[in-house]
Amino acid sequence: MRRRARAVWRAIVAVWLWRAGSRRRRSESRAQRDPSERRAGAAGRIEGVVVVLLALATAGTAAFAALFILDPDTQLLGLALGLALASLAAALVVAGKRLVPRETKVEARPRLARPQEVEPVVQELRAGADGITRRRLLGSAAGLAGAGVAAAAVVPVAGLGPGITDQLARTPWRAGRRLVDEEGTPVAAADVRRGSFLTAFPEGVQHDELGASVVVVRVDPATLRLPAERANWAPYGILAYSKICTHAACAVSLYRSPLNPSTQPRGPALVCPCHFSTFDVLRAAAVEFGPAGRPLPQLPLVVDAAGALRAGGPLSGPVGPSWWGDKT
Amino acid sequence: MRRAVLLIAALACGGAALLTLAGGGRGARGGREAMQAAAAAPPSAGSPAPAVPAASSALLAQGRGLFESSCASCHGADARGIHGRGPSLIGVGALAADFYLQTGRMPLPAPRDQPLRTKPAFPQSQIRALVAYVGSLGGPAIPRVSPGRGSVARGQKLFALDCAGCHTIQAQGGVVTGAIAPSLNEATPTQVAEAIRVGPYAMPRFSSGELSDADVDSIARYLQTTKHPDDRGGWGIGRVGPIPEGMVAWLLAFAALLLVVRLIGERTEG
Amino acid sequence: MSAFSHPHERDRLTDPVRFVDERLGGAKALRFVMGYVFPDHWSFMLGEVALYAFVVLVATGTFLALFFSPALGQVVYHGGYGPLQGQQISEAYGSTLHLSFSVSGGLLMRQTHHWAALVFVAAITAHLLRIVFTGAFRKPRDVNYFIGVTMLALAILEGFAGYSLPDDLLSGMGLAIAWGVAMSLPLIGGPFATALWGGRFPGTTVFESRLFIAHVFIIPALLAALIAIHLAIIMIQRHSQFAGEGRREDNVVGTPLWPGYALRSLGLFAAVAGVLVLMGGLIQINPVWLWGPYHPYLGTNGAQPDWYLGWLIGALRMMPNLEIHLFGHTLVPNPFFGGVLFPTAVFALLYALPWLDRRFISRDYRRHDLLELPRENPRRTALAAAVFSAIAIVFAAGSADRLFFQFGFGYEGAIWFFRGAFLLAPPLVYWITRRVCLALLRAHAHPLRGFSGAVVVRGEQGGFERTGGP
Repeated sequence: MRRRARAVWRAIVAVWLWRAGSRRRRSESRAQRDPSERRAGAAGRIEGVVVVLLALATAGTAAFAALFILDPDTQLLGLALGLALASLAAALVVAGKRLVPRETKVEARPRLARPQEVEPVVQELRAGADGITRRRLLGSAAGLAGAGVAAAAVVPVAGLGPGITDQLARTPWRAGRRLVDEEGTPVAAADVRRGSFLTAFPEGVQHDELGASVVVVRVDPATLRLPAERANWAPYGILAYSKICTHAACAVSLYRSPLNPSTQPRGPALVCPCHFSTFDVLRAAAVEFGPAGRPLPQLPLVVDAAGALRAGGPLSGPVGPSWWGDKT
Repeated sequence: MRRAVLLIAALACGGAALLTLAGGGRGARGGREAMQAAAAAPPSAGSPAPAVPAASSALLAQGRGLFESSCASCHGADARGIHGRGPSLIGVGALAADFYLQTGRMPLPAPRDQPLRTKPAFPQSQIRALVAYVGSLGGPAIPRVSPGRGSVARGQKLFALDCAGCHTIQAQGGVVTGAIAPSLNEATPTQVAEAIRVGPYAMPRFSSGELSDADVDSIARYLQTTKHPDDRGGWGIGRVGPIPEGMVAWLLAFAALLLVVRLIGERTEG
Repeated sequence: MSAFSHPHERDRLTDPVRFVDERLGGAKALRFVMGYVFPDHWSFMLGEVALYAFVVLVATGTFLALFFSPALGQVVYHGGYGPLQGQQISEAYGSTLHLSFSVSGGLLMRQTHHWAALVFVAAITAHLLRIVFTGAFRKPRDVNYFIGVTMLALAILEGFAGYSLPDDLLSGMGLAIAWGVAMSLPLIGGPFATALWGGRFPGTTVFESRLFIAHVFIIPALLAALIAIHLAIIMIQRHSQFAGEGRREDNVVGTPLWPGYALRSLGLFAAVAGVLVLMGGLIQINPVWLWGPYHPYLGTNGAQPDWYLGWLIGALRMMPNLEIHLFGHTLVPNPFFGGVLFPTAVFALLYALPWLDRRFISRDYRRHDLLELPRENPRRTALAAAVFSAIAIVFAAGSADRLFFQFGFGYEGAIWFFRGAFLLAPPLVYWITRRVCLALLRAHAHPLRGFSGAVVVRGEQGGFERTGGP
């Protein structure tokens, strides 16, 4: 019984080996065949087809030139030149595949490596240092000098920009600065209604400066959950936060303002359109969702005698994305 | 044969994907929901309501009847709202009612869904009656918008500052975490003004102190250009930017060049 | 034939050839070049598509550079486009509008240029996939492979710089993100970003000229040099080929350059140019007048980078809000993980691939000039497919907001789904791909054409019947 089983097993192995071997033999014999061939001559029609395609290409380029001078409509120009190029492409491909001689050629692949040359090269290299005694010293000195030259090439690059860290932490907001809208009109507290949002800037400052833009919103004061030290930063429930996202500096230009809290559980939030960092306005712009690592800096607000909004001090933190070493 | 089928299927999928992305999204169709019109603060306390002829008592009676049958289940028979379903409609005015009914956002079967534009549930005559009834409860009238009096450049600036963040700069619609900001291709100037004053669902609302009636005219004028955009470059592919552009680059240009390359080159043996 | 034979017997081509030969010793070189054999499998032409797209880019780009103004000084727009009338815009944006509206053929050139950029990177990516899946990066071609990967990185940078030049709303937002990512580099981030931009974002007008010179000179010069070296190495080593009739490791079988391959390659050039010009004229791309000018306090929904940066916006969106702080100071800001660590890891993997393949995957240190069909190396194919699927998932996460808008999947839920898929899908893809490769090998079947060999069946009465096959 066991002898029978062993015989069957040997037969199976033998067949498998033979098949594997025959596969390799087949591919090997395929690889030994000579595939070179050359076929010249084409059907007469082909030559005519190529001529027609080339004529179309010429017509297309002529149309392109005419249109360029007379009526440079983008669509027509594109059609004319594009179709001309497409016809040219067709002509060239048809000619290459059917008109000119079709040849399959075999070339020996040149052997690149010359292993017997490697050792002589190494010897030559070493021979260049014959007679030199203090090799380590010279080598280190040369290495240092080379590194120095390379570093010197980089030094002018360091002069590309002014000094930074104080610049990054600067903000144009100071106590007493009036808030103005994009036109420069002072923002009146009475004009900020619950449920709306507007963009404001410090009076007299360039709007494009990163620390300048803030978002002003108004919420029900009873729903506010600001930290204790910011209790008087939001008169009448009017809040201001920096508009520059603390993730990657996009403008936080979305305001989710639920109309019916009893059916909309998510509270009011400022959202950034780039990576959807969501900042809860009731909780000092704490990050509710998204990749931002810090809340938006908050601007303390006061309402002056004329009813206009003014800053009660600087922003609560650095504007925009963090960098190594900045204060959180 | 199989190859041809696969290729056609791939092209069909790619084309379908491209067309859907170039067309509108869910903001153009969508669900229904009960929404609370602003009861916390009156929407546009500053704007003077234009003089409206007093609604006839027959219209008001018809409106009340329709209200009781279609709206009271969420908004309450007295229109004071039911917590967890529909908000109070006292003081929202004809403005809000007209907006929600004309855009089909109301009635809304599931109170927690976002109301989105759909075919109005009522014929125009019934809408007029309902609007008259809700208007009689107090609040602003339907705004009069004249896009022709607005400045298109000022509209572009205002839209870029206040609206593009949610609706995209070409008003093709976008998202916030938790809500959709619909495309504005189908919104009439009146509906644009109404939405600005109401602030439906998650949208902020702007009183006339923040966006004056002239500003609203300008925004409406700008939105006329987004409905008929200057697509002088050719097929607009949705005007939302690089996503459809990338799809065209791969599924049209590169696919065509792949075909060319297959024609020119050889294939491996089978 | 002697140079002094009768003029009427001389071929008209003799003079030009002799001209070149007498001055440059060109006859021998010409013989070499004309007889050069190109293995011409269709997948070997993907790199050529990229090359010809590059030529179109240089040609159209030169035209654009003659009109574009790389300065950020503010001007007031007084052209014909209504929505921008009277608005303050930068000179860069204004010159782009001028190109699009007033210069004859300007918009055609702009759009062809931009489509060419998208197709350029697409072709490089497809070419890279072919290289990886057929093992073409193995010795002796690993050096050329490194050059290719470097060119991919340069092409992506170049495209980003190019579409950021017009200072429109969409690309301006992209530059802000780039600044945030630059700031997140450990140790040097703050000084580096501020040095590059000439100050805190949005920087000064000097940044625009730096971007311009990088896009118009520095990177194209690097690319051109690397392309030349890339092609030279191919010529020296001869192109690789698939196994087949008469094809061995020690020969090259294909079409000689003259006349067949030259015509076909020129035809491909014309086809690439034709497709790009047709798209440049008929399909709108980057209509900057519709986006409006950029200001740091403006943002639009649906802002996306060009497709080849989709993997980075996906990484930035997918990354949970991890930031590393120490004693009240930030050490590693969040954008570092998605914007620096992730692409560095991917490119490190790409550069390490030849070594990883030699040492771990194929365990094969020999030189190879014959390519493998993907199914012939199931481990490598499965691994490459798994890595590719991970990148594709990150890519898809980058458009989660449009998925929400189009199909209604909530945004936060989608992000969590993609986070899970990123971890769970690659092993699954590995397992499936490997099984498919092994199954195809066993059945001797082509993935699309199926089995094309002969089937021999023994009849009941003896004798054999043969169906199919050559």
